[in-house]
Amino acid sequence: MTDKFISIEGISKRFPAPGGSTTVFEELWLSMARGEFVCIIGHSGCGKTTVLNILAGLEPPSDGTVIVDNQSIEGPSLDRAVIFQSHALLPWLTVMGNVAYAVASKWRFMRKDDLHRQAQKFIDLVGLTGAEHKRPAELSGGMKQRVGIARALSIEPKIMLMDEPFSALDALTRGTLQDEVRRICLETGQTVFMITHDVDEAIYLADRVVLMTNGPNAVLAEIVENPLPKERQRNDVHRHPLYYGVRNHIVDFLVSRSRNFAEEMKDTNYDPRHVPVVRPGAPQVASSRAATLDATDPGRARGPRPVVAAEGATPAPSGPALAQHRA
Amino acid sequence: MGMTWRAAMVSLLLFGLFVGVWHLATMGSGPAVTMDPEYAKLVGATASQGKSAMPGPAEVGLKIWQHLKDPFYDRGSNDKGLGIQLAYSIARVMTGYLIAVAVAIPIGFLIGMSPLMNRSLDPFIQVLKPISPLAWMPLALYTIKDSSLSSIFVIFICSLWPMLINTAFGVASVRKEWLNVARTLEVGPFRRAFTIILPAAAPTILTGMRISIGIAWLVIVAAEMLVGGTGIGYFVWNEWNNLSITNVITAILVIGVVGMVLDQVLARATRLVTFPE
Repeated sequence: MTDKFISIEGISKRFPAPGGSTTVFEELWLSMARGEFVCIIGHSGCGKTTVLNILAGLEPPSDGTVIVDNQSIEGPSLDRAVIFQSHALLPWLTVMGNVAYAVASKWRFMRKDDLHRQAQKFIDLVGLTGAEHKRPAELSGGMKQRVGIARALSIEPKIMLMDEPFSALDALTRGTLQDEVRRICLETGQTVFMITHDVDEAIYLADRVVLMTNGPNAVLAEIVENPLPKERQRNDVHRHPLYYGVRNHIVDFLVSRSRNFAEEMKDTNYDPRHVPVVRPGAPQVASSRAATLDATDPGRARGPRPVVAAEGATPAPSGPALAQHRA
Repeated sequence: MGMTWRAAMVSLLLFGLFVGVWHLATMGSGPAVTMDPEYAKLVGATASQGKSAMPGPAEVGLKIWQHLKDPFYDRGSNDKGLGIQLAYSIARVMTGYLIAVAVAIPIGFLIGMSPLMNRSLDPFIQVLKPISPLAWMPLALYTIKDSSLSSIFVIFICSLWPMLINTAFGVASVRKEWLNVARTLEVGPFRRAFTIILPAAAPTILTGMRISIGIAWLVIVAAEMLVGGTGIGYFVWNEWNNLSITNVITAILVIGVVGMVLDQVLARATRLVTFPE
C-alpha cells in the first residue's frame, strides 16, 4: 500500500498473571490507507477491543507502536473518534448536550451558536432532528447509537474507531444504521477501523476484513480483501457472485481455523509482518483450507494484487525508531 | 380511590386514634377527694382531679398555638420564643454543615480520584468516623473556648464523614466509559472533574449530604443541651428543668418537623441531579 495512514507496528499486549504473564496477542502488524474501511473479526477474548483501545490511545501496548499520520500514538486524541459498544452517552445531558460537549472539546473557544450549529449539523446527519432535547434515557437503542455516531463525527476526526457499534441493536435498526454509517463514511472519506462479530456486516461495510485468531496469543491470521465493488447496495449485495465465497471463507475461519491456526502456522512460513492477504473468489476455493496460500487461487487472476501480499508492514527498525523520535 | 387518598385516610385515622388514646390516658378521673377549692387550686389538678401529670393533646395543642402566635418574643436569656431558639439551632447546623460540605467534597474528590490518597487516608477516616460527635465537645470547648462555636464544630465533625465517604465512593465509581469519552475528547482534568465526574457522582454526593443533614440535626439537640444558652436543645432541657412537659412535647414535635423539612429539601435536591439511565 502506498499510503500508510495508520500503521500498527508489532504491538503486543500482556497482562501479569500468576506465574508469569498472559499474552493476549503478539506481534500485530497492519496498515491502513486513508479512507479505508477495515473490519476486524475474531472470537471474544482474542483482544480485538484491546487493539481498538490501543488505536484510540486509551491503553498502551506492552510492545510495539502505532503510527497514525506519521505520528506515533501517545494517548487519546481528538483526531481519533471512538464509537463505543455501549454508546457511552452522558445520561445527564440531552442529545444536543452530548454532541455539543464533543464539539466544545475540540473547539474550545468556539462561540455558542457556532457550537450549536456544528452539533445540529451532525444531529441532522444521523437523522435525529427533533430529538435534540431528549435525554439518552428517552431514546431507543438505535437512537442512542446514532447520537454516539453524531458525537464521533461532530469533531471531524481523521479516524473512526468503532467497537461493535451495532451489536446491541435489533436486526432492522442495525441494517438502517449500517447503511447510514456507510453513506456517511463514504461522503466524508472517513478512515474506519471497526470491530464486529457479524460476518455479513463486515462484508457489507469493509474494504478489507482482518481475521484474528483465538486468544490467548492471538495473531492476525489473514486479511481478506473484499471483492465487492465500492458501490454496493444492501438489498443485492448477497447476489454478487463472490459474496458467498467471501462469506464462507470467513465463516470457515471463525468455525475452525481461528482455533487451530497455530498448527496451520507451523505448516506455512507465517510471518506476522506479512499477514497473508486473500481474495476469496469462487466458492469452491473458499472452502479449501489451503486456498489462501495456494498460488492457484483464482482471486489472484481477478485482482491486481498478489494472493499472498507482503505489503502493509514496515521494516522493523523504522517504525519504533520513528516512535522514539516523536516521543 | 387512589392509593394516595387511601393512605392519607389511614394516616388520619391512626392520628385520630393516637390523639384519642392520649386524651383518654391523660384525662382527669373527676374529683378524687373533696377539698377546699382554694386548696385544690394550690395542689393542682393532678392531686385534686386525679388528672395525669402528663399533658393531654388539648394542652399541647394550645401550647403549640401560643408558640405559633408569638414565636419570636425575647424575655431574657431563659425565656425566648420557639422561633428564636429554632433560628439559633438552624444557624448552627447550617454553619457547621456548610463548612463540612466545603471540606468533605474536595477531599472526597481527592480520595475518589487517587487510589494512593484513598489508601493513605483510610485508616484516619476509619478511626475518626465512629467517634460520637459529642466526645469532641470537651476538646472543642478547651481549644475554641466558646460554647456556640464548639457546637458548630461538633456539627461540622459529625456531618463530615457521610459526605466524605459518599463523595469518595461516587467519584471512584464513575463509569469507566464516561471517563473514556472524556479521554478520547482530550478533556483536561478540571473540565473532566466538573463536567463528567461531578454530574456523574452528584446523586451519590447528595445522598451523603442528606444523611449528614439528618445526623447534624440529631446532634445539635444533644450539643445544645450540653452547652446551654440558646437553641432548641437548650430549650428542651430548660423546659425539663421547669417541669413544663407541655413545652417539651411541643419542642419534640417542632424538632421532628424541622428535621423532616431539612431532609425533604435535600431529597428534592437529590432528585434534581439524579439522571435516569
